[in-house]
Amino acid sequence: MALQLDARGPTGPAPGRSRLSRAGRLSRIDAKYSPYLYIAPFFVVFAIFGAWPLAYTFWVSLHDWDLLGSDPTFIGVDNYTRLLADGDFWHAVVNTLGIFVISTVPQLLLALWLANLLNRQLRMRTGWRMAVLVPNVTSTAAVAIVFGVLFGREFGMVNWLLDLVGIDGIEWKSNRFASWVAISAMVDWRWTGYNALIFLAAMQAIPRDLYEAAAIDGANRARQFWSVTVPLLKPTIIFCVIISTIGGLQLFTEPRLFHSGTNPIRGGPLRESQTMTMYMFENAFAPYYNFGYGSAVAWLLFALIAIVAAINVLIIRRVGSGTRPPRDARKGGFR
Amino acid sequence: MGTFSRHRLAAVALATIGALLATSGCAGEDAADDGQITLTVDVFGQLGYDQLYQEYMDANPGVKIVERGTGSNLDEYSPRLTQWLAAGKGAGDIVAIEEGLMVEYKANPDNFVNLLDHGAGELKGNFLEWKWNQGLTADGQKLIGLGTDVGGMAMCYRTDLFAKAGLPTERDEVSKLWPTWEDYIAVGERFKAANTGASFLDAATNTFNTIVLQTAGKAQGYHYYDTSDNLVVDSNPAVKQAWDTTMKIIGAGLSGKYGSWSEEWVSAFKQAKFATIACPAWMTGVIEGNAGTEASGKWDIARVPGDGGNWGGSHLAVPAQGKQKEEAIKLVKFLTSPQGQIGAFKAKGPLPSSPQALNDPAIAEATNAYFSGAPIGTIFAEGAKTLKPVYMGPKNQAVRTEVENAVRTVELGQRTPEQGWQDAVTNAKKAAAK
Repeated sequence: MALQLDARGPTGPAPGRSRLSRAGRLSRIDAKYSPYLYIAPFFVVFAIFGAWPLAYTFWVSLHDWDLLGSDPTFIGVDNYTRLLADGDFWHAVVNTLGIFVISTVPQLLLALWLANLLNRQLRMRTGWRMAVLVPNVTSTAAVAIVFGVLFGREFGMVNWLLDLVGIDGIEWKSNRFASWVAISAMVDWRWTGYNALIFLAAMQAIPRDLYEAAAIDGANRARQFWSVTVPLLKPTIIFCVIISTIGGLQLFTEPRLFHSGTNPIRGGPLRESQTMTMYMFENAFAPYYNFGYGSAVAWLLFALIAIVAAINVLIIRRVGSGTRPPRDARKGGFR
Repeated sequence: MGTFSRHRLAAVALATIGALLATSGCAGEDAADDGQITLTVDVFGQLGYDQLYQEYMDANPGVKIVERGTGSNLDEYSPRLTQWLAAGKGAGDIVAIEEGLMVEYKANPDNFVNLLDHGAGELKGNFLEWKWNQGLTADGQKLIGLGTDVGGMAMCYRTDLFAKAGLPTERDEVSKLWPTWEDYIAVGERFKAANTGASFLDAATNTFNTIVLQTAGKAQGYHYYDTSDNLVVDSNPAVKQAWDTTMKIIGAGLSGKYGSWSEEWVSAFKQAKFATIACPAWMTGVIEGNAGTEASGKWDIARVPGDGGNWGGSHLAVPAQGKQKEEAIKLVKFLTSPQGQIGAFKAKGPLPSSPQALNDPAIAEATNAYFSGAPIGTIFAEGAKTLKPVYMGPKNQAVRTEVENAVRTVELGQRTPEQGWQDAVTNAKKAAAK
């Protein structure tokens, strides 16, 4: 269309000429700027729901801000210095990291193993692949409530089963480590399938002839998995690790709903499984209503996620290079 | 062609942004369809207003009433209410405020309509004096809420479990069993020895709350804070005395350790896993709701050990953010009127805070079929007229939480009574300073 207008341009009368060049100008502007418009929705939404709350939270964290009060006073970094000396805060950090480690590590290993199984020739392959995603579709709240009941002290099924094999009931909700395990079970149940599907997608992009070549070289299945699949999956693994880090360190719904009754936001009478987000909520809302202090917790959580994600990526990189197959050069050629 | 569709795409993109901005900026107006207005009432627990709403709607055809939050507990309700108030949006036209949280909401009275500006002053005689004063700001210039119920105390018990343990089941005889908490423990030990498969009481925290409010009411009239708002958890003998009594109950192994308001607690009601529960008037509705109809007639109500006292009770307030404040104020006045309080009492058992209602034969002669026909009117109302209320300080809820948690750690065997007391004191101080 544009070409035709340009071709007709020189022969046309003066007014037409100006009109035509206007169209040309418009089309140039269009080509130059409209891509920005197309990607703008994301950034506009991000600015409204991401950047602005982030900045506002930081602003709040510099104040002594009673949630219901009308005149917050500026106190600088006071909230942060108090927070760094707050034992309950560090207790929550340890809880969060503990739950994160005992849920994420087995979860990703399990997902990798599951994906490897699903990548083989199976009967009803699509059915199996869809089935692993089912837990992820269920609502977190429902899962947490069901698991909360399963892990009940007196009426819970887990303790009942333990009793059958002669083990005394465990105080799942008021024993620090036991509550971590119970919550991790919940997280794993929900997210393993999700990660497995991501791994599966990446596995299918690995050229089959790599495996054929490995098989000819005498590599068995396990060897193929560790020397071909895992190294080629490294970018995907890093992606999953980062996503899991963000999700794991922000854990809220599962531990919150795991505890019911009076003041569940504490995660047990001695804060056995109170995560950082729960501690943030406890301070910003009931029973303390200290919005500034809660916001400071939110920012330190942000910092912690950044640090842990960076450490994870470093570790994964290191691990990946350690298990590289002997014939590096050839594999490099396929990349 | 290419440019054309691109322009269209750009237009779509712009429209999307516009729509997003619109929805985030100014969501839903309360559209009044067919000239009706809808009043939303936010509550927790069981306030027993269903019948009253119907009456009010029948008398005012232009009004529709919706209740939110029925059956939820205070820990779910109060953060939500606080967020609505802080955000200036979302709260119902009428909100219930529990007495322990009233202090905090009163500190920022601008969040609510001053009911004194709307003729509430002449209703003063309709409320017990201390209940009226609870809704009043410190300077006495603003009235945040009108009183609904008070928490007169009793002890609810399961007659079937008492019979199984060879204890008397008739309520007067049961009352005679425990004039004091020492006697209550002695009865508990007898009950425990009978091995019924149930515990004597539900959770030590509930019993502790009852005892601490009782002892404090009897003594100086305050528990965690003195009347000048100094934190006195460690120096108030009433608190320590209540703590020690509770420790004896725990030490005797009488508690079922069902964390109050938890799912286990509710299951324990259903499965008849404990025999007694400290029972402020509003608790009767909770018991009925949790234990269900199949336990009807198996419960009864006896006197509470020690003297009477008050635990809980709420006010109704009108948030300043509401759009239909005039209509809401009218409804609040109706619900908190002596007749309204009597209606609520009949439905779900919250004890009126109005002397007229308490003297009304409808209350005095009231019985409750669920509780084996217990004369709930006389049991609860007698204490309510004379009881001394307990003063609540600025961070009452946070401090109470810490002390309750300390009780719970001892109950679960995580701490010795001495360690628990240390925790209670240090954590309460920390909470008050936050």
